[in-house]
Amino acid sequence: MKLSTLGLLCLSAAVGTLATSVTAVADTSDKKIALSNNYAGNSWRQAMLTSWEKNASAAVADGTVAAADAFTTAENQVTEQAAQIQNLILQGYDAIVINAASPEALNGAVKEACDAGVVVVSFDGIVTEPCAYRIAVDFHNMGKVQVEYLASRLADGGDLLEIRGLAGVFVDDEISGGIHEGVAENAQFKIQGSVHGDWAQDVSQRAVAGILPSLPEIKGVVTQGGDGYGAAQAFKAAGRPTPIIVMGNRHDELTWWKEQKDANGYETMSVSIAPGVSTLAFWVAQQVLDGATVPQDLSVPFLTISQDTLEENLANTQVGGVANVEYSLEDSLAVISDN
Amino acid sequence: MARFLTPKALRTLLPALSLAALLAAIFYLQPRTMSYFGLNLLLNLAVPIALATIAQMFILCVNDLDLSLGAFVSLTACITATWLNDTPLLGVLALAACVVAYGALGALIHLRNLPSIVVTLGMSFVWTGIAVLILPTPGGSAPEWIRTLMTLKPSLVPFPIIASVVIALVVHIGLMRSAAGTVLRGVGGNPKSVERAGWSLLRVKVTMFSLAGLFGVFSGMALVGLTTSADANIALRYTLLSIAGGILGGGEFVGGRVSPVGAVIGAITLALAGSFLSFLRLNPDWQIGAQGAILILVLALRLLVSSRERRI
Repeated sequence: MKLSTLGLLCLSAAVGTLATSVTAVADTSDKKIALSNNYAGNSWRQAMLTSWEKNASAAVADGTVAAADAFTTAENQVTEQAAQIQNLILQGYDAIVINAASPEALNGAVKEACDAGVVVVSFDGIVTEPCAYRIAVDFHNMGKVQVEYLASRLADGGDLLEIRGLAGVFVDDEISGGIHEGVAENAQFKIQGSVHGDWAQDVSQRAVAGILPSLPEIKGVVTQGGDGYGAAQAFKAAGRPTPIIVMGNRHDELTWWKEQKDANGYETMSVSIAPGVSTLAFWVAQQVLDGATVPQDLSVPFLTISQDTLEENLANTQVGGVANVEYSLEDSLAVISDN
Repeated sequence: MARFLTPKALRTLLPALSLAALLAAIFYLQPRTMSYFGLNLLLNLAVPIALATIAQMFILCVNDLDLSLGAFVSLTACITATWLNDTPLLGVLALAACVVAYGALGALIHLRNLPSIVVTLGMSFVWTGIAVLILPTPGGSAPEWIRTLMTLKPSLVPFPIIASVVIALVVHIGLMRSAAGTVLRGVGGNPKSVERAGWSLLRVKVTMFSLAGLFGVFSGMALVGLTTSADANIALRYTLLSIAGGILGGGEFVGGRVSPVGAVIGAITLALAGSFLSFLRLNPDWQIGAQGAILILVLALRLLVSSRERRI
């Protein structure tokens, strides 16, 4: 028992040394990176934090960076996150990776960080302060492709139900803006109702169940992810025919889709941003600390799952998780050079 | 020595002592904060909280409670980041209208004898609604002069400390040391006797609510000066922070017993409590609870002191 543990330790130490010599980024071995996150209350954010944790602890273990700690604010409030960022500056972090509560209202704190020589990388919920790096997803297009998919499926169009995210968050505005632009271009569709599902199954189910009695027959449900399964349950409970519900890559959504596909050939699509983008943000921060030239604005593609790739993605998704893509240093370098 | 440490003196000193203890703990945990730069970062977001706490204190002083303050500060922040920046005249008028609206609320509460909690809770939705109308998505930008003021780097003493001292002193002199201030506070302590002495209760309530509105406006402006832009939900935390700060600083829910200096200290203590917990590396899930525990600890200490005060 003792011996094998010892052997394992030696082995991991050896692997550690090996990894350091392979990546050869000794320049950042004394640097500390922090993650400032505004919200952790859904499966996507949990997967995002897990990806960060897994990737960061490996990077710390092999000596790429000295520390990579995650901090989440408790109340998802701008003033709270601004204070958190200022505290992180005082704690001596060399880089702060941010998933922001507001694209604009954290700019003061971000500017303080830049002025103190701290590298700021924002992703998912990005900040507009010019000194920060941004890893953005084309959320607008993520909304639009849903309507375009529905247009390819429903030639006659029909009535749609829109499930939105957390009110007042810019991601919600962006996706919704894309959906409405798609509807404007495809006049055969009409959005009959719009509810806020907060990107969570339970909230969505309640919200959809609340609005359903006032709606005509719904042909399609456009969503933002995390809300598809709840919507499906609400339709079922109301005894209504199941419309085409666009899914958002969550495990429960994909499982439900697979069950329906096997039972009655149900067809839909699923689209969301991979929570592993936090690992890309980590490597971007590490590269900037290492002295590499990185463009201020990077964009990453969203992850789309179609009828054909469903099984493969479902198999790779953890129970309670989200279909994910994690970025290694090499993947990140490829993204940086592509931009 | 014992003569100076009477329960009354202890009671007055308690907020300052809690702040000193917290500050010492922070300096110990994170020596970087013990510099001009560190104190500036540590305290600058406490300035708008201190202003909001003073606003809440005016309301507490006349035995009312304001549950809409956070929403109101968010609204004034939105006005500051949009109208005050683009068309200063319209901005000034809108902010003045906000103060007048607060005074009118005071009149409504007094004349119809309504519970202030209900009226202000209702108004919080109105304020948020108007804020969303003015600024549907986060944005806007801070007027240059406010930004310059809030990022001032005076030599020797960091700006947030100077600002806090000035706020505390101005309100202290106005409310605690002037004749008019005594009447205003008297309404909280014994409204009947103030009325019999020939003062109009209505005027006092309107004055106090207007002052609260004025400081709410200052708070929103200071906040935008720090964040550089606004968001309709930017200051929702301020409702509870301001009440907690006012009470922490030695105020009471009834009796017109308030302390402007204490309120500013209470606000800073609350802001620092967040930093302290973050430096402790406490899991964020526990932080709200821990913040509550700090509050309960200070209030329990105060209860201990007050009970001794009564016995003597």
